[in-house]
Amino acid sequence: MNLGKWLALAAAGAVALLAAAAVRRRAAASAAGRRFLAHPTATPGVFILAFFVTIALAAPFVALDPNSMPGIVDLRDRPPSVLHPLGTDVYSRDVWSRIVYGARISLGIGALATLVAVTVGAGVGAVAGYFRRWVDAALMRLVDVGLSMPRIFLLLMAVALWERVPLAPLVLLIGLTGWFGTSRLVRAEVLSLREREFVAAAQALGAGPARVIFRHVLPNAAAPIIVSAALGIGNVMLLEAGLSFLGIGVPSPAPSWGSLIYDGWQHMAAAPWTSTFPGLAIALVVMALNAVGDALRDALDPRQEGP
Amino acid sequence: MTAWLVRRLAAAMAIVFAVVTITFCVIHLAHGTPFLPGPDQDVDPQVVARLRQQFGLDRPLPAQYVKYLWALLHGELGESFYLRRPVADALADAIPPTVTLAGAALLIDFLLGLACGVYQAVRARRFADIALGNLALFLNAMPTFWLGLVLLLVFGQWLRWFPVAGMRDPVLCPTIAGARCTVDVLWHLALPALTLGLVGAAGTARYQRAAMLEVIDQDFVRTARAKGLGEGRVVLVHTLRNALLPLITLFGLAFPFLLTGAVLVETVFAWPGMGRLSVAAILQRDYPVVVAAALVASAMVTLGNLLADVLYAVADPRIRARSERA
Repeated sequence: MNLGKWLALAAAGAVALLAAAAVRRRAAASAAGRRFLAHPTATPGVFILAFFVTIALAAPFVALDPNSMPGIVDLRDRPPSVLHPLGTDVYSRDVWSRIVYGARISLGIGALATLVAVTVGAGVGAVAGYFRRWVDAALMRLVDVGLSMPRIFLLLMAVALWERVPLAPLVLLIGLTGWFGTSRLVRAEVLSLREREFVAAAQALGAGPARVIFRHVLPNAAAPIIVSAALGIGNVMLLEAGLSFLGIGVPSPAPSWGSLIYDGWQHMAAAPWTSTFPGLAIALVVMALNAVGDALRDALDPRQEGP
Repeated sequence: MTAWLVRRLAAAMAIVFAVVTITFCVIHLAHGTPFLPGPDQDVDPQVVARLRQQFGLDRPLPAQYVKYLWALLHGELGESFYLRRPVADALADAIPPTVTLAGAALLIDFLLGLACGVYQAVRARRFADIALGNLALFLNAMPTFWLGLVLLLVFGQWLRWFPVAGMRDPVLCPTIAGARCTVDVLWHLALPALTLGLVGAAGTARYQRAAMLEVIDQDFVRTARAKGLGEGRVVLVHTLRNALLPLITLFGLAFPFLLTGAVLVETVFAWPGMGRLSVAAILQRDYPVVVAAALVASAMVTLGNLLADVLYAVADPRIRARSERA
């Protein structure tokens, strides 16, 4: 880390601050936004998320090459310093840079897998709630089965038995094991929405089921979908970390935060920073996501009480 | 109530049956087979073929499935491919450690979570409440196994207060039985149970605080204060008793959390339980153990949910009335 990188990092921090301020300004204009801001942890959460997204996007400017090994003999397992703010690992790679590039993978997996999960969950929930009868019964029994197995167990089976899984199918698998809870929420919402007059009006005008579901019902069920997406990303990131820790997550040497913890674990005694800082990064981001998710729930869905 | 219970039990069994079927299909359809030698191993193909025949793996999948179900109906879980012993024996060795770990974690989770939640509700919006609340948010956001690693580093490696791995001292325990051995197991249990319990307690405290705050403003609490009861009695007897219902929901939700946590925490602390057994079985393609582990896991989760519903009905007359009507 030379002076230029430190300056770029300061700039990234400033960008995140500006982003958080912009969100505050936009939110203050509406009643739901003010409920969002009333949460004391909402604004810090937005700032932390904005910061990590900024450094992930600007990785080449704020970090070194995550895979370069400048001095395998004299630079291995070094404690944090100005040149290596979070120390170096056993191959003399810079831990900060690996965390920054890891943010791309971990945040990316979190966002994409949650997108898959929420899309499937919303689709299944809407179909079950709209058609009711045997469609509803069959789909909800499927959900019962899915919820009765710990998710990590399902994933372990799927991932471990297909040998090494590349990144794209891994994301898909994580998403496809995470939609059960969302579909229940959406179903409950759709069950009550479908009895409303605007749905009857759309049907009377000759709209088919697909049009009614996608144009009339789902947009009105957006609140639970958005909230479960915000809370789902954090869950996926924790899950990815767990899978990588068991050695079957993101293939090495791609630096996901989970695989960083896993790699550092072997050298925990000699170089605790290699494992500690990636874990702290996960905890910070998941905490921010939970805070924003809770605030969003209060803002968008005042009926659904959370802790 | 009885009819409702029978219906729920039947539904739970149907779910477990579905999980067994899905697990059976997934692992048998998956790429790769057991007994397949690695590229660097030189194994006679005839030996592999004979092993496959011995375990019935050469027969078509539906035939294997029917055979497995028939054995399962007679209470037989089959023979492990790798451990060279019946699956039931392996499970009998692995379940007690996991139950010990999960039970201790649950105890820490609920005692600590309850105490913090009540304390936070009493001090609502003061410094102690906000500090504890933020700590809980942070703990709740941690990867469980990472917290385990940090505790291991600090208390096992640096301070050397607790052992770093295993369930009992390999030298001490087989020779000295009784109380000393129990103490030794508890000493090994401390860090893994604390890891799982702390993360759980963070969630429990948040729910308990919210539940307390909902009750503490109600009229009967004001009446209790007005008739001159001490604050301790008002909080612990009148408020807490009426704010315990959400805890039952959490109890039902705790089972999947504990099982997931056990898989990772057992790996960190080399705890010889179900989690480690099933991870090893999956990685080795030990089909009978994988299916049996899935059976046990899903049975625990569904029965946990059922138990929570029953507790709800016992604790809340309104819900009891509803389930009798249905």
